[in-house]
Amino acid sequence: MATVELDKVNKVYENGYHAIHDLDISIADQEFLVLVGPSGCGKSTALRMIAGLETISTGTMKIGDRIVNDVEPKDRDIAMVFQNYALYPHMSVYDNIGFALKLSKVPKDEIDTRVRKAASTLELDTYLDRKPGQLSGGQRQRVAMGRAIVRQPAAFLMDEPLSNLDAKLRVQMRAEIAALQRELAVTTVYVTHDQIEAMTMGDRVAVLKDGYLQQVDTPQNLYDRPDNVFVAAFIGSPSMNLYEASLRVSEAGGQISLGGQTIALSPSSLDARPALRGYDGKTVILGVRPEDFEDAELATDIPESQFLDSAPTLLEALGSEVMVHFKLDAPVVDSGDPDAVEDTNAEANAVGRFNPRTRVRVGQAMKVGVTSENLHFFDADTREAIWQ
Amino acid sequence: MSAVTPTAASGSTEPSSFSGPDDQGSGGAVDKVYGFLRRIPTGLLWLIVLVWLIPTLGLFINSFRDRTAQRESGWWTTTPDDLTFQNYQDIFNAQAGLGQSLLNTAAIAIPATIIPIAIAAFAAYGFAWIDFRGRKPLFIFTVSLLAIPLQVALIPLLQMFNNGASYTLPGLDKTIVLVPDFDLAGTTTAAWLTHTGFAMPFAIFLLHNYISSLPKDVFEAARIDGADHFTIFYRLVLPLSIPVLAAFAIFQFLWTWNDFLIVNTMIGANPDAQPTTILIANLAGDFGRNEFILPSAAFVQAFIPIVVFFALQRYFVRGLLAGSVKG
Repeated sequence: MATVELDKVNKVYENGYHAIHDLDISIADQEFLVLVGPSGCGKSTALRMIAGLETISTGTMKIGDRIVNDVEPKDRDIAMVFQNYALYPHMSVYDNIGFALKLSKVPKDEIDTRVRKAASTLELDTYLDRKPGQLSGGQRQRVAMGRAIVRQPAAFLMDEPLSNLDAKLRVQMRAEIAALQRELAVTTVYVTHDQIEAMTMGDRVAVLKDGYLQQVDTPQNLYDRPDNVFVAAFIGSPSMNLYEASLRVSEAGGQISLGGQTIALSPSSLDARPALRGYDGKTVILGVRPEDFEDAELATDIPESQFLDSAPTLLEALGSEVMVHFKLDAPVVDSGDPDAVEDTNAEANAVGRFNPRTRVRVGQAMKVGVTSENLHFFDADTREAIWQ
Repeated sequence: MSAVTPTAASGSTEPSSFSGPDDQGSGGAVDKVYGFLRRIPTGLLWLIVLVWLIPTLGLFINSFRDRTAQRESGWWTTTPDDLTFQNYQDIFNAQAGLGQSLLNTAAIAIPATIIPIAIAAFAAYGFAWIDFRGRKPLFIFTVSLLAIPLQVALIPLLQMFNNGASYTLPGLDKTIVLVPDFDLAGTTTAAWLTHTGFAMPFAIFLLHNYISSLPKDVFEAARIDGADHFTIFYRLVLPLSIPVLAAFAIFQFLWTWNDFLIVNTMIGANPDAQPTTILIANLAGDFGRNEFILPSAAFVQAFIPIVVFFALQRYFVRGLLAGSVKG
């Protein structure tokens, strides 16, 4: 049980590559913190620095009350779960789980008790005599987890532990790991590139990009109030729609012109974002979550002044909702996520999450209602969110 | 090789043995031709095996024939009645002393196999997984020693074993002893040291290639689990490197067992430590009088490496890393 604190931590490799810039995170005791970001953002490097597998170039790292910059991995009282399990292939499951205890000279009968307890927690009881080669992917992942929990460490470090599992198993293990972490109440740092894992598992989520920390907050806050364009687009699937738009603000409310069309901004929405008043006549980045687009015929609570004209180019019916791809005549803003998938349907630059009862048809004109209370605005130059 | 353990089915698909169309169920002319064509590589391999085995077979049969028979007719004319165990009795009798020489060879070959493996495994681990300054140049230098021919170093080595090595500083008239005279001339220790030295570049090269390909994550996991380099070496690297250790042991044992040049140079002068290769060379006697007992002696000499090979080949286990890491 311990806190983990990173204070202005930097990582510069010998070849001059600056992987981590001034990373400040403090992780509370028993907290589940997820480090998330696109590939190459430095999240794994950050985790490996906490583990002691990478040296810290500058800054201080504390686990508990102790500065661990120069402490060997084995003396940091942490346990790590690797992306590809990294099991000891020639040892049985029992020996894999008990290896760390054996090395730290724990008495044999205590090793036995703790290994069996960890195994029963992970439902591995019947596999203790098997070698890793005789286990399925999910079971190997459990063994890797077992190796971590048996040590009762101050912190768990997990490096994309689910990315090698198939989709169904991943969902199951996701819930199991989250539940296990709450049960054991051990501080956990979890690295993933999957924002769904980040949202569902973390108490807080830290979003990284190019070695810079973008935002640390609870999953809901990240979703509702992203600090910048990158976080806004990275969190949420499908991504937030981002456009260049120009703004007119008066006492009576605001008007957003998006391409040739306009959306009215109610005074209450303006009051919620007082800083917007300073952007009268300026160009901003407008962000709309897919669920804030709705078929106007079904959205009775959206006034007509917030309707846009378009036509669907592609419908994806998912049963509980319909993803509607359509085109808005406005320039799209690139969020800077290198892993972002280009919309394969080049005709469309907007995605709406419509109610399944919608009657819109591909190619037929429709009206799209926009929930203006939930719009996101970002400064066109700094790309920071505009709120206060 | 039939030594793949059933647990090692790591997805490495065994090529199915060449089989005719009869197990396919469906007949047809095309299948028949195809089945015939598929047999050709196997047939060719068997032919090569037979051709390569003929000299050995000849040696084997001749080893059971007496002097006259060997001189007057070829081994292929032999009938079972001609065969005798007399040659084997002759070479093992006290005068020829093959038994003692086999023990001498074992006393040279076994340590000369184990010592290089022990040193090279440590060195290979160090080169592969310990980050130290100058690791790469040192490794390249070590491996490039492969290019040094054994023959050029024999006489200097012998001199060193005889008298030690010293260097007189020019002008100062002062002599520095580099290697003291351990009086190693004519001892098996001299043979061990020489074999060890010359095996080292290849051993380090071979073991390094294997050990450096072990998955990095496993070592990192072990470091976090509390293992230091020695623990990682003994608990992980050695058990996981068994195939390559066995492979090198076979090479090195064959080479040291059959070596004539090094043992003749280093201990040829000491009849008490005489190994089989030297004994056999001398067995023929003046003008080749006793040439006829050479086949039996040679067969005994060749038999032991075969035993060693079959004993060690079961360690060529594939899929030893199965289940460790995904990918």
